[in-house]
Amino acid sequence: MPFEYRGDIAHADVAFDASASTLGELFREAAQATMQVMVENLAQVRPAQTLELKLEQENEEMLLFDFLNELIFYKDARRLILLPTEIAIAPSDGGLTVRATLAGEEIDPIRHELMTDVKAVTMLRYKVERVPQGWRATVVLDV
Amino acid sequence: MNVPAALKRISETIWELPVSYKEGMLVPARIVASDKLIKEMDAGVFEQVSNVATLPGIQRYAYCMPDGHWGYGFPIGGVAAMDPGSGVISPGGIGFDINCGMRLVLTNLTAEQVQPKLHQLVDRLFARIPTGVGCHGFVKLKQDDFRTVVQQGSRWCLKNGFATQEDLEMTEEGGCFPGADTSHISEKAVERGYNQLGTLGSGNHYCEIQVVQPENIMDQELARAFGLTTVPNQVVIMFHCGSRGFGHQVATDYLKLFLSVMERKYGIKIVDRELACAPFHSPEGQAYFSAMKCAVNMAFANRQVILHRIREVFSDLFHASPDELGLRMVYDVAHNTAKLERHLVNGSRKELLVHRKGSTRAFGPGLPGLPECYQKTGQPVIIGGSMETGSYLLAGMSTGGDAWYTTAHGSGRTMSRHEAKKSFRGDKLQRDMEQRGIYVRTDSFGGLAEEAGAAYKNIDEVVEATELAGLSKRVARLVPIGNIKG
Repeated sequence: MPFEYRGDIAHADVAFDASASTLGELFREAAQATMQVMVENLAQVRPAQTLELKLEQENEEMLLFDFLNELIFYKDARRLILLPTEIAIAPSDGGLTVRATLAGEEIDPIRHELMTDVKAVTMLRYKVERVPQGWRATVVLDV
Repeated sequence: MNVPAALKRISETIWELPVSYKEGMLVPARIVASDKLIKEMDAGVFEQVSNVATLPGIQRYAYCMPDGHWGYGFPIGGVAAMDPGSGVISPGGIGFDINCGMRLVLTNLTAEQVQPKLHQLVDRLFARIPTGVGCHGFVKLKQDDFRTVVQQGSRWCLKNGFATQEDLEMTEEGGCFPGADTSHISEKAVERGYNQLGTLGSGNHYCEIQVVQPENIMDQELARAFGLTTVPNQVVIMFHCGSRGFGHQVATDYLKLFLSVMERKYGIKIVDRELACAPFHSPEGQAYFSAMKCAVNMAFANRQVILHRIREVFSDLFHASPDELGLRMVYDVAHNTAKLERHLVNGSRKELLVHRKGSTRAFGPGLPGLPECYQKTGQPVIIGGSMETGSYLLAGMSTGGDAWYTTAHGSGRTMSRHEAKKSFRGDKLQRDMEQRGIYVRTDSFGGLAEEAGAAYKNIDEVVEATELAGLSKRVARLVPIGNIKG
């Protein structure tokens, strides 16, 4: 189960659980789950533009929070639907740093099956935790 | 059924969780609902409204309105007034979509006059008002100009030809919260929002053509005072949107800031991180209040420029000026804000910081802050229903003081978006609605399915509960005939 939407903890919003064997994979799954709320057919998003992203936070939870919010920011500011193609997460002085390459293209209402705008990542039930199989996150998005 | 055993009935439509319900509650939590609505409330309402009752400085009660449902931090439908001296301000009590709100506009056209051109009207509105994921607006601004917009709100629109003086008078707070200081907003918020002035957004945001059928007028006198009875089967326009990405970024920025200082600097412990808060008079609390005002003003300006465009579309299609078509505002009211207001507490007037999240200010007759023309009627309250079932115009009542003159904001969801998408198909819904006389245009069939009428509570029951609770009186039910959705 890389990610799964949940209808039991949010009515007006969108909740999902994501899990992966590594933290980097968890970030990738959570990104996919977030962007798929907005574009149903993410496979149709071409990697026409790339962006390098570097974020630092004190722990895994806040790092994922910032990472997902960054994707939402680019959707509004530059109308870009971006997904990570490479992710590296490593300890740093401030806690943890993620370096990612994001790839995607401008929203195209003809080719992209648009769904619902994501406004923000909320703190409701928000959790990033180590589990025996690796990592697991619960995220509720405000839409 | 999720109703806790501790829930006590106070009156026909008011229910209470006592302070003993949860450790840390400072005041009781009250829920406005009929028997049926209280049984249908999701578990999140009871959990979240009692969490709100633990916030420092809360006065009298934490409230949830009958359209309430699971939110984040506060439930949707949540209301809480804080003592500004000892209390906190919480972005979770306002929402990410700061000043999401409703605007209702009159026409002097009848349904019979509009029906032959309905498809053209809806198509043109859909073509000219940007909707959907990540849409950019029709008002092109530089970032510095956008900073002026968020300081001035609808006043900027008046100066730039997008508004009339009357529009501002018919907008809550005149369409501008004073004290919006742009030094408290991030570059990121500006970058995210400056391209979005004049956009509807998506989700439950819409612009709807509605009809006031004579049999749906519940109070003739108030309907006349609000301009609803100029012609039979009068057509009106209702729309719903907010501060777009700018407001969302302001809320996110301060949620993070408050999480970092709340406990470490101010020793405040909360039961849910989404209730992150700071003392109202702290530097962080005041900075957020000011940034929030910027987002409030962005939303007022957004709805104002959209109204300007609606006027252009009607004018072009019906070959008459907006004045000749009677395109006048009934009111514009916010449902995601925090405001300093004066209310009666233990017999004396006191300034309070009133958080309303998915709930609407509903001032009764005679209260300061209402336009002169509504002093005797009470404030018009615009309740957006689902796109299939209709909406309401209500009026604030003099008996609403216990809930700080607040009422519901919509129908309230009863089914998750995830469930709705599994249960309905957008293209079929669009065809079914057209057969029932509602022509819908949308960017997203998936998004349309999520907004199906069956995903919402019965709006008739919701507004009846508010009336029985003495919060807002029914004036008219408004029936949709056309809708554009993001």
